[in-house]
Amino acid sequence: MLEVAGLQVAYGAIRAVRDVSLTLAEGELVTLLGANGAGKSSTLMCVAGALPAAAGSIRLEGKDVTSARPETMARRGVATVPETRDVFPDLTVDENLQLGAYTRRSDTQGIAEDRARMFEMFPVLAERYGQAAGTLSGGEQQMLVIARAMMSRPRILLLDEPSLGLAPTIVDQIFEMIAKLKSSGLTILLVEQNASKALAVADRAYVMRLGKIEAEGKAAEIAAATDFKALYLAG
Amino acid sequence: MSFFLQFMIDVLSLGGAYALMALGLVIVYGILRLVNFAYGELIMVAGYTMYLTSGSGLPWLVMAAVAVLMAVVAGVATDYIAFRPVRAKSVTAVLITSFAFSTLLQNAALLFISPRPRNVPLPEIFSETVQFAGVITPARNLITIAAAVVMLVLFSWLMRRTVLGIAMRAAATNFTMARMLGVPANLIISSAFAISGLLAGVVSMLWIGRIGAVVPGIGLEPLLIAFIATVIGGMRSLQGAVLGGFLLAFMDTTLNFTLPQDLLKFRDAFTFSLVILILLWRPQGLIKGPASGQRT
Repeated sequence: MLEVAGLQVAYGAIRAVRDVSLTLAEGELVTLLGANGAGKSSTLMCVAGALPAAAGSIRLEGKDVTSARPETMARRGVATVPETRDVFPDLTVDENLQLGAYTRRSDTQGIAEDRARMFEMFPVLAERYGQAAGTLSGGEQQMLVIARAMMSRPRILLLDEPSLGLAPTIVDQIFEMIAKLKSSGLTILLVEQNASKALAVADRAYVMRLGKIEAEGKAAEIAAATDFKALYLAG
Repeated sequence: MSFFLQFMIDVLSLGGAYALMALGLVIVYGILRLVNFAYGELIMVAGYTMYLTSGSGLPWLVMAAVAVLMAVVAGVATDYIAFRPVRAKSVTAVLITSFAFSTLLQNAALLFISPRPRNVPLPEIFSETVQFAGVITPARNLITIAAAVVMLVLFSWLMRRTVLGIAMRAAATNFTMARMLGVPANLIISSAFAISGLLAGVVSMLWIGRIGAVVPGIGLEPLLIAFIATVIGGMRSLQGAVLGGFLLAFMDTTLNFTLPQDLLKFRDAFTFSLVILILLWRPQGLIKGPASGQRT
């Protein structure tokens, strides 16, 4: 479904992503692991269209979408949850969700159904639907951002470090949610530092180091074969 | 009592015009983080459209509608000509192209029309006075208040109740995230310029209603007022722009009423001193606006 080949992403002279190739099949949950600064987020943001590719190619369902605009990627069914948890702080929870459905804004009935579904999945959002999103707690904001991404009925969900900076109980909730989304048949690319949690839900995994893919394989194989302490601490 | 009422009408009519001017500037600034220096020329374009259509014999309201429409067109043209080609490249470039577009429009008016003031048709009601509750006031003040109320209600409805408005507010905080939800950048920016043009067009009708004529430099004062009002109110906040507009009008009007005759010509000096005091107290302006956001 998604094929990334020889991808490079540069910030000025600094190449954050040097050579990344990965594939994502329909319905698969693939996780991209690695230490801080390995280039995971840059890879993900490049797939989302928010960063231009310096070299390499990205193909979505066979079509070339290298360096496409972010709005084009959204229209093609790619929903992104960035690591910075970008809720629109001065918009209400409800308005945030409404914007999530921007690509299908004429489908008012479907949007209302999805919103009801999201409120069912995340009851805390229903309680706070009229509140400014900036007043939510970190965990609630994370739920809102995931719910907002789901409002577009995406074909691929790109999740960047959904557990970052959250309390352990909330992290568990978020991963339960990810498992639920996967079982509904959604294709997911999950970037994570929390390797054990991510490998527990993933089908396959890629390990990045210094902008390159260092290892890839089935989640269980990667979990058994990779020394994550060395990977994270040795940089 | 009647003095108070008189004072309120003056503040509200001047403030209404100021608030609309400021809102037109800040709607673009909020999204692009760039001041559109050609904003004053949108007011000029609407003014000259009135002058050029004055011989047509059309009813005034139709001419005014055409003039406002031309301001909208000029606003969108600003985006296409001055902003879009260089937007991604550098802030400095956009600053200069917006100045250049402003100068270009002004010089076109100088060259093809005239450097001298041109009369603009006004309906009679603009020069009538109204007397009620012991107050005598020009009818145009009441028209300005009404127009400001209508525009502010319309604007806030657009920003709160329509998907486009919500998307524009979202884009003002985090443009990239809004785009990742599928909101097209160009649509948002062009819409901001169109709304800016609409506000400038309406302001132009009200502003010219006070003067009765249009000159090439007519946009300078509204641009300056809009700029000061947004700086007081907070460059990033729509509510701040409105608040800043009314506050500036309140200061101007208070000084008009209280300064002795021979100091009145220095009124602006007093106003700006007050502005400096406000900024020393609140450097970000009165309302801070959305938390963060990168320019695009």
